[in-house]
Amino acid sequence: MKVHVDQDRCEGHGRCYATAPSVFAPDDLGNGQELGDGTVEPEDERRARLAVANCPELAISIEDPITTGDAG
Amino acid sequence: MGDHAPVTDWATDFDHTDDAWAADPYAIWSQLRESCPVAHTTRYGGAWLPTRYDDVAAIAYDTERFTSRSIIMSEFRPPLAFAPEGIAPPISSDPPFHKESRRLLLPIFSPQAIDKLEASTRAYCEELIDQMRGRDIVDAAADYAQHIPVRVIADMLGLPESDADRFRGFVNHVLEGVALPLEQRAEGMMALFGYLMEHIEDHIAHPRDDLISFLLQSERDGEKLDPFQVVRTIGLLLIAGIDTTWSAIGASLWHLAGHPADRERLVAERAILPLAMEEFLRAYAPVTMARLVREDMDWNGCPMKAEEWVLLPFPAANRDPAAFEEPDRVIIDREVNRHAAFGLGIHRCAGSHLARMELRVALEAWLDAFPSFELADPDSVRWSGGQVRGPRVLPVRITTPS
Repeated sequence: MKVHVDQDRCEGHGRCYATAPSVFAPDDLGNGQELGDGTVEPEDERRARLAVANCPELAISIEDPITTGDAG
Repeated sequence: MGDHAPVTDWATDFDHTDDAWAADPYAIWSQLRESCPVAHTTRYGGAWLPTRYDDVAAIAYDTERFTSRSIIMSEFRPPLAFAPEGIAPPISSDPPFHKESRRLLLPIFSPQAIDKLEASTRAYCEELIDQMRGRDIVDAAADYAQHIPVRVIADMLGLPESDADRFRGFVNHVLEGVALPLEQRAEGMMALFGYLMEHIEDHIAHPRDDLISFLLQSERDGEKLDPFQVVRTIGLLLIAGIDTTWSAIGASLWHLAGHPADRERLVAERAILPLAMEEFLRAYAPVTMARLVREDMDWNGCPMKAEEWVLLPFPAANRDPAAFEEPDRVIIDREVNRHAAFGLGIHRCAGSHLARMELRVALEAWLDAFPSFELADPDSVRWSGGQVRGPRVLPVRITTPS
């Protein structure tokens, strides 16, 4: 699973990095950004989904891995 | 609250300074949401009141048709000549001017910058608590909540703490004096800006390490900011930072004083404080904003006229059953809580990280000192009316652990 914060929509409420600090972090203006390439470790998935659900601007998208033959 | 006639029909004649609104706006909004989701009044020269989450959001996002030239509804509309920056940039600014004047402020109010103020905020909360110890009954609003943001914002701006009573007087006039006649309203504004201008002149002569000096040294398009823009932005920070946070702290303590099961759980499970705070912010969001209609138009069937007001009651949006499960129940570990207490869109409260830090520290310090407290006299609790709602009289009985 990967997440991405749309910087055109983010207004810096900070709900994502407060909810899932291992997945998101603030920039110098307080806007949320995914850490690294946005890949979410399995143990962080629940928090990442809560961050998405709590974003007032609906600025975060989730990319779920497409299940392929070699999955698992 | 002024001398307005009492409201008898909230759908066609609403008034946010009416005593019924201060006492319990939720019942009014809930009824309107079902019967007349966008109410109107001819008071204040004409105004509209949406109560659904989606309508409040749509107007907050529509900066083309709704201007922020004034965000406090009263008889006073700032002259058009103040546009595009408005009377108190950036809250009163529209795009494209808005973006850069907001950008100046955001780094000062970023979570990283606010972290540095936590220790002094906690020390101040503890100082206030020490003054309350040993008493049976204290006023959690007047003795505690109201002092915290005044002190924090005075320190940040670089204004003398000894002027705290004066700040509160200015803020009270701007936010709660909205039903006053135009002349009195204008006089109050001039008193605030006159006071601030003195301090800004002093900062120009003697720069120091605070927000006023920072703004005076800031540049926009390669030029130093005009002191008149600085004074208006400082006015905004003073007004926006005090009653709002005071209200959020007070409302949270009011809830805990009246709901022993929630209080006991929070004392026992401190880890849920972040969720509880967001729930208090949702359920008791203090701030309603306002916009002005730019041009005559039909908005979803509402015949809106240029220069009419639109109130943006984020607290009403936060109680919309279409957006929240069981919106009128306070669930202190509510996990999915996409509330709009700090607004939506480009005008998201620039001080929200500061407000959350103050709220968290104020609640932590209070719960550490007074894990057990209750409303001393529920009937004597008084809430402010207008666009910032919070308890102003809040007597609680504190039981200091032996």
